[in-house]
Amino acid sequence: MKFSEEQIHRYSRQMILPGVGGKGQRKLSEAKVFIMGAGGLGSPAAIYLAAAGVGTIGLADSDHVEIHNLQRQILHRTCDIGLSKVESGKKTLESLNPEVKVQIYCERVTSANIQRIVEGYDLVLDGSDNFPTRFLVNDACYFGRKTLISGAILRYDGQLSTFKPHAGGPCYRCLCPEPPPPGLVPSCQEAGVLGAVAGIIGLFQANEALKEILGIGQSMAGRFLLFNALNLSFTEMKIQKNPECPLCGENPTIKELIDYTQSCSTRDTTPLQTSTKTCD
Amino acid sequence: MDIVLDKDVLKENKDGLQADEEEIERKIRAQEVDKELNLKGKVCPYTFIESMLALEEMKIGEVLRVIVDFPPAVCDVPKSLKNEGYEILDVRPVNKTDWAILVKNTEFK
Repeated sequence: MKFSEEQIHRYSRQMILPGVGGKGQRKLSEAKVFIMGAGGLGSPAAIYLAAAGVGTIGLADSDHVEIHNLQRQILHRTCDIGLSKVESGKKTLESLNPEVKVQIYCERVTSANIQRIVEGYDLVLDGSDNFPTRFLVNDACYFGRKTLISGAILRYDGQLSTFKPHAGGPCYRCLCPEPPPPGLVPSCQEAGVLGAVAGIIGLFQANEALKEILGIGQSMAGRFLLFNALNLSFTEMKIQKNPECPLCGENPTIKELIDYTQSCSTRDTTPLQTSTKTCD
Repeated sequence: MDIVLDKDVLKENKDGLQADEEEIERKIRAQEVDKELNLKGKVCPYTFIESMLALEEMKIGEVLRVIVDFPPAVCDVPKSLKNEGYEILDVRPVNKTDWAILVKNTEFK
């Protein structure tokens, strides 16, 4: 692929970086990244990946844009209220960078469709806001041997890690073998979240995705980052593969995808339609 | 036009392989190059990016001649290419406005 004058101008500020150049820019344009959730984390991640020229971005979310999303979900505008989040996201990404191919999945991800979806991508970013989806995406990435860049946020806190069990690192279940009991961990709609925290963690995910694609820097695989916005503090922990992990351990008990259900109380005025409703 | 060349970006080790040195000198004298890139009218950082893109498509050991007329590019392009690991063989004016940068594609990283 030969770069057009416009492409050289568009990507010039990153093409001059050591480790990017024309070769790196080509890797980005050939990369296919799947983003689970077009919400608080998926929004900034998708915007920066599109801006950087990642060639194909997949967006999955079954929700529609609501006014309370706009405080942090920057893919969407006030005029998008009522649109499906993936349609709204596609519109934003394509207007930012028409070169990017945006594939959308306006469906709830389940054990029936997740493997088919992630199959077509090199890298997965999890920006989901509930444990059933989080575990489903982790398991699908493990079975599909995809690198998973995981981000999570609540109130003023965020966390980040990269899971590459196919390359010897831990998976999400090495840290947390099973989802917590429903109701134990509050959701964003119960506990709240600062929009900027979503932006910070979502951009860390985008940053790690760019590094994984370009093959530069130190991967977050085997590392777990905790962020607190009030203290502006970062805590990093080393994490290792758990030999007793039910998914990637020595004697795995999980051999296929599981659809967990999550019932959560809500203070929202709109009643949840299903027990696994995503809110971000 | 006052252009101060950064001597550091020119080939440093003059005691290198004799045969290689002679070959380089011969190429410089003969202005014998494998590819020429005319970047007249272009400004930084595009002068550097286009030079780098051309080098990325060339074979190891091949020599690229870049013509620039944007004064800062005379210093910046050789400096940036050197930082990337390419070997700057020569930088010299070719007329009142244009400069020629001779750069060799080297194996690095």
